[in-house]
Amino acid sequence: MSAIQESFRNVMSWIDDRLPVTEAYEKHLAKYYAPKNLNLWYYFGIFAFVILANQLLTGIWLTMSYVPTGDGAFASIEYIMRDVEYGWMLRYMHSTGASAFFVVVYLHMFRGLMYGSYQNPRELIWILGMLVYVALMAEGFFGYILPWGNMSFWGGQVIVSLVGAIPIIGDSLAVWVRGDFNMSGVTLSRFFALHVVLVPLLLLVLVVLHVLALHEIGSNNPDGVDIKAKTDDQGKPLDGIPFHPYLTVGKLPQIIIFLFLFAAVIFFYPDGGGYLIEHPNYEPANPLKTPELIAPVWYYTPFYSMLRAATYPLFGMDAKFWGMVTMFGAIVVPFILPWLDKSPVKSIRYKGLGSKLFLAFFVIAFCILGYLGTVHPTPVKTLMAQACTAIYFSYFLLMPWYTSVEKTKPVPERVPH
Amino acid sequence: MSDNEVNPARRNFLLKVTGVVGAGGVAGLAVPFVGSWNPSAKALAAGAPVKIDISKLSVGEILGPIPAWRDKPIFIVKRSEQMLEKLNAKNERLADPSSERVQQPTYAKNETRSIRPDVLVLVGLCTHLSCSPKFRPAIAPQEFDPEWVGGFYCPCHGSKFDLAGRVYAGVPAPSNLEVPPHFYESDEVVVIGIDEEVV
Repeated sequence: MSAIQESFRNVMSWIDDRLPVTEAYEKHLAKYYAPKNLNLWYYFGIFAFVILANQLLTGIWLTMSYVPTGDGAFASIEYIMRDVEYGWMLRYMHSTGASAFFVVVYLHMFRGLMYGSYQNPRELIWILGMLVYVALMAEGFFGYILPWGNMSFWGGQVIVSLVGAIPIIGDSLAVWVRGDFNMSGVTLSRFFALHVVLVPLLLLVLVVLHVLALHEIGSNNPDGVDIKAKTDDQGKPLDGIPFHPYLTVGKLPQIIIFLFLFAAVIFFYPDGGGYLIEHPNYEPANPLKTPELIAPVWYYTPFYSMLRAATYPLFGMDAKFWGMVTMFGAIVVPFILPWLDKSPVKSIRYKGLGSKLFLAFFVIAFCILGYLGTVHPTPVKTLMAQACTAIYFSYFLLMPWYTSVEKTKPVPERVPH
Repeated sequence: MSDNEVNPARRNFLLKVTGVVGAGGVAGLAVPFVGSWNPSAKALAAGAPVKIDISKLSVGEILGPIPAWRDKPIFIVKRSEQMLEKLNAKNERLADPSSERVQQPTYAKNETRSIRPDVLVLVGLCTHLSCSPKFRPAIAPQEFDPEWVGGFYCPCHGSKFDLAGRVYAGVPAPSNLEVPPHFYESDEVVVIGIDEEVV
């Protein structure tokens, strides 16, 4: 052993006596066994980490030039775009990153639905993941307000007004949230504080808990086979491979391909045809002029459609209240998913026709809702939104029924080759 | 009795008392944090009543949206004879034609929802999700309503209001547009944000 190795070992052992670095490295990387049959769908968790790093880094740099006041915000965005060296690139990395974050998170969640990754014993992983998703939605919303363009203003106006739909206390609560009688620079400044400090902290804590919970149980896989059930004489799962280096260095090419695509959007398509950065946001906020069409950024539009889909008063409460209930209901219902699925098998590969059909219709309905949220409502489109909202909820609420009556296939004991 | 013996009842009592006192402390500490989100003295001052000169407003036209009271867009419309005639002709299409819901001061709870029959004063924010509706005064068919008799149309979610700011039935907005507290200081000056008896 060389002298250098010797001294390294001594330093590590000195640290390990005081802080369990090697133990953590082994538990979470070198001796964390992931199933060997993980496929493409399992990349999105890692991609989400890459995007998170991108958002934190570019976000910190953007705060160096951004001015969080009603008078200064819009001008400071122009300053970043035109005068700050590479300011345009940092901003586009951040704005494209926001959309990319939702792309990978939606695909990551779809993977969970498809392979039953939320089922016993992974309920907490799912719930923590849902909390990450909700925090991400809040983070995206607050960030969307900051450029203080006209869409920022009116989008914020619409969403904050949702608070006003709460019976009795709604109106005064909305004033409290805004800190003013109407959306103003006061609202902008507090949303800035939430966007750059509170929600990112929350997000980081939740992400760490999500991963810790995952590493306690271990990853699911496309076959839903429990790899810890079959181990060799040293206790290593027979169908597992160490996370590091197989899934870190091994996944580098995929990460690079993902970054190619990401960079292509940043350089060639940064406003995404008005879907990533909306056109009315190139005008400063104007409290007197509502844009012709208020549509949120694409990642909220499915929920926005559900909000608009409620058009009838019911039980003495007006349609606006029910719209709010439907929208928040759509975000809350997935939390109880682990207890709705009564199937004895995890993966869609072994589930019956009912699960497959419901999942397919759910995805189609979600995409249609996403489209409908970007266009003007017409009577026909409202009807479509209502039908798709019904499909969205029935995927979850009928799950105890269709997963218990359908015929499932037998799950193999080990990962098939 | 030895000093090392545990007294569970006493320990339990102390835990509960500490918990209650601690929760009280947290609630007290929350007051400044929650309170700081209320409108500041500056925002309240900016929400003071304002005077608006309507002498230049001609018949059938709108003054506004103007950022008048509390930074909300204010609409002031001078309605023509013809507009007033049509106003209560088709009340069955409205959700709340007699203004039962409290969206106006009592002195504006009448057929025209105004103090002076010709002049309408409104907060120009849709009661659905606070977009600002567009003034569409023409008594003529519109793409969103073939029997349009003039009023306001919200481009965001398609809510419709008549020329008294009353909401049509079957649109997302639940209630009539808000009439702010106001009074006439003279024929030409309207004061918005305060009732006459308060002054």
